[in-house]
Amino acid sequence: MNISLNITETIQDWLMSMMPEGVASIAAMVSVALIYLIIFAVAGLYLVLLERKVAAWFQLRIGPNRVGYWGLLQTMADALKLVSKELTGTVKADKFLYNLAPYFVIISSLMALAVFPFTKEFQAFDINIGIFFLIAISSVGVIGILLAGWSSNNKFALIGAMRSGVQTISYELSVGLSLLTMVLLTGSLQLSEIVESQKEGWLILQGHVPAIIAFMVYMIAGTAETNRAPFDMVEAESELGAGFHTEYSGMKFAYFFLAEFINMFIIAAIATTVFFGAWLSPFGITESLPWLGVFWFLGKTIVLVFLMMWFRWTFPRLRVDQLLTLEWKYLLPINLVNIVIMAVMVWLNLTIKF
Amino acid sequence: MTNEALQNLISNWIPELEFSEEGSQFLNILVTPEHLHQLMTDLKTNNETSFDYLFCLSGVDWQPELGVVYHLESTTHRHSIVVKVKTDDRENPMFDSVCDIWKTAEFHEREVFDFFGIKFKNHPNLKRLFLTDEWEGFPLRKDYEDDINMVIK
Amino acid sequence: METTVVKSNFKSEEYFINMGPQHPATHGVLRLLLTIDGEIIKKIEPDLGYIHRSIEKMCERDSYQQIVHLTDRMDYLSSHINNEAVCLTVENALQLELPDRVKVVRTILSELTRIASHCLWWGVMGMDVGALTTYFYGFRDREMINDIFEETCGARLTMNYNIPGGLMFDIHPNFVKRTKEFIAHFKTKLPEYDTLLTGNVIFQKRMKGVGILSKEDAISFGASGPVGRGSGYSCDVRKHHPYSAYDKVTFNEALKPDGDSFARYQVRIQEMWESMNIIEQLIDNIPEGDVQVATNAVIKLPKGEFYQKVETARGELGVYIISTGTKNPYRVKFRSPGFSNLSLLNHIAVGGKIGDLVASMATLDLVIPDIDR
Repeated sequence: MNISLNITETIQDWLMSMMPEGVASIAAMVSVALIYLIIFAVAGLYLVLLERKVAAWFQLRIGPNRVGYWGLLQTMADALKLVSKELTGTVKADKFLYNLAPYFVIISSLMALAVFPFTKEFQAFDINIGIFFLIAISSVGVIGILLAGWSSNNKFALIGAMRSGVQTISYELSVGLSLLTMVLLTGSLQLSEIVESQKEGWLILQGHVPAIIAFMVYMIAGTAETNRAPFDMVEAESELGAGFHTEYSGMKFAYFFLAEFINMFIIAAIATTVFFGAWLSPFGITESLPWLGVFWFLGKTIVLVFLMMWFRWTFPRLRVDQLLTLEWKYLLPINLVNIVIMAVMVWLNLTIKF
Repeated sequence: MTNEALQNLISNWIPELEFSEEGSQFLNILVTPEHLHQLMTDLKTNNETSFDYLFCLSGVDWQPELGVVYHLESTTHRHSIVVKVKTDDRENPMFDSVCDIWKTAEFHEREVFDFFGIKFKNHPNLKRLFLTDEWEGFPLRKDYEDDINMVIK
Repeated sequence: METTVVKSNFKSEEYFINMGPQHPATHGVLRLLLTIDGEIIKKIEPDLGYIHRSIEKMCERDSYQQIVHLTDRMDYLSSHINNEAVCLTVENALQLELPDRVKVVRTILSELTRIASHCLWWGVMGMDVGALTTYFYGFRDREMINDIFEETCGARLTMNYNIPGGLMFDIHPNFVKRTKEFIAHFKTKLPEYDTLLTGNVIFQKRMKGVGILSKEDAISFGASGPVGRGSGYSCDVRKHHPYSAYDKVTFNEALKPDGDSFARYQVRIQEMWESMNIIEQLIDNIPEGDVQVATNAVIKLPKGEFYQKVETARGELGVYIISTGTKNPYRVKFRSPGFSNLSLLNHIAVGGKIGDLVASMATLDLVIPDIDR
């Protein structure tokens, strides 16, 4: 397997000067993991803040503005509060699974972050089956949700978990197929190569019509996969109270909550990488300043995250059967036709390249 | 239809009805418990009366009688009528249920049962609606006493 | 070799679930015992009484003036109309002739109450189907009405502005100006409601063809208000038994024949337009005159039975007073619209999904204190 560790190389070189090779590579992995963990825990908290600000903006409110300037420390304070809270649980819960579930969810979402090319040098793990890895890892999280709902011994939680299972399995298909459509254009699953190939134009422009269709399907399915409104069957607070995490409190609840936001970030980041050229600047305007790639990557991702928040605060929720109808009767056939069109297009060389 | 016409029409159906308009804006019919269901069915099904809307069903404790008052309206003819039924039996008061004629009666009869202890024959689900199943007595009866919860002025 | 017959272990079993008394969709302390097969609802049994205060029994103890103050604790979203119902019953029993000013002011306030109640319903309705933003839009406009109420009678929710014999005091000098301001404001904002929610595809899919109530069933279940009118059943008390100043104004009864959740939704939106229409007809020419008719300090109703129905935001409220000629009523019965409307929930929601139940329940616009009097 051709694994290149772009960002870790510098750390590894530095560590190797001090200790033997085997220890150094393990130490390098651990330190990179820790750096990622801290960055994304904080980033997750700020996504929560962003959501609250966006929600307030949509709802004629001000939003959090008391803790720190412009409420910037609000979610930090919330996290501190959640850490200090008692971990309650139900007496008849399946204790082992009940405690395990939140970690499934949070770990699977943090793992996915490792492969994103934030900029040319800033990528922890450039695996050659990058897209495949992302699809695979993002479907592990649903196990956590199923476990949480099942082990809580609460009927509302169980209904939520079952809905989540059925929803994620269905929408996984659309996410995978719409990404495959784009892979036809690049001929590679490796994220760094996908970015490379976009130097001739972002894939959404290269693939024009089928790419735009694929993008729309991807955004719908992606929103569904993160269990966010209008597809928040899993929580559906007006129907199920809090759904699968009804019986969770304190930090365990926070893991679910944080995972939701990180997942949203992941979905947006995949879209950025695959459709919008990742860290590439538009028309190459900042090509001479490679570190600005982080800015472009995050900028594009935040725009897509905002789009998902926009969905959430304007749309009503679908019913569970309508949700499945949408996937199996509309999105999936559209996707299958689209992938054929894209294949024909690539074969006849009808793509647009600058 | 005017109250007078209604009275003339209805008095032909069942002989032992008492009509009165005293102290009320509606025509009042007092019916014996045995004829209650028959009268109600006729009031609903007869094309000239067609009282299809039971807009109020109240239990009343007249001391010593217990009774039920039905307020009926016709949505086609727009006339109203009041039917009353009474019984002296305070231990085991029992009337025919009218919830097969008007579906709304199901809940209203449960309410009356809950607060007055009046039972309804052929009611599909006659049990306490507001109070707990263990509650003793029927609070809206005039002889109900509760030293703790009731404030007597 | 023995052959073993493998029996299928898959069998579907119905299970019970407690929706409420603390549940976001029941808007209060209503408990529904649901029998569910998977997601499909088989049976709904309401369990009431969590906030029953026995107002009917308390009325037997109190004087007629005091009863008025109990009624705005029933359907707190149309408290003014509830007060009006009791006052009208007492006034009719005493055969008082009210000044025109009282009638007109009562009508304007009733219609403002209706708009305020429907605004709240609209916000909460959106929330129940998952559109959280509607809540704040609804409350923004309701707030303006509450400000008018506060200035007029000092209370925002439980108004107590009516007394038997008229109004407690005259309207505030700003009343006309602020009401006009509100109407002008709301005329621009009500189309926003349609843009945000009514036209939404998901919303329409959730509402259309769900919770169907036929006209015959609506009458049989005693449905009233927007629930009845959503089934094409003309049941507007303001039209059929006009009271206060409703015989002086022209307005259309909002009727939709479909009988589904969307029809009930549209009826309420339409009613807000009609309410504005009624207010506009009255606000410019509130007649001058007294706001009270002198009554005895101790009101004694003549012996007899008195029934008065009014149209609250939820439907037909009936007040039935039996008097024996003393200063207390012998028996008071409130025929509350919510109670009858709740009884048809089982009929319209069985066979649907949990999400349908929540949506249908939202279109019934239940207020629990109104059911648990």
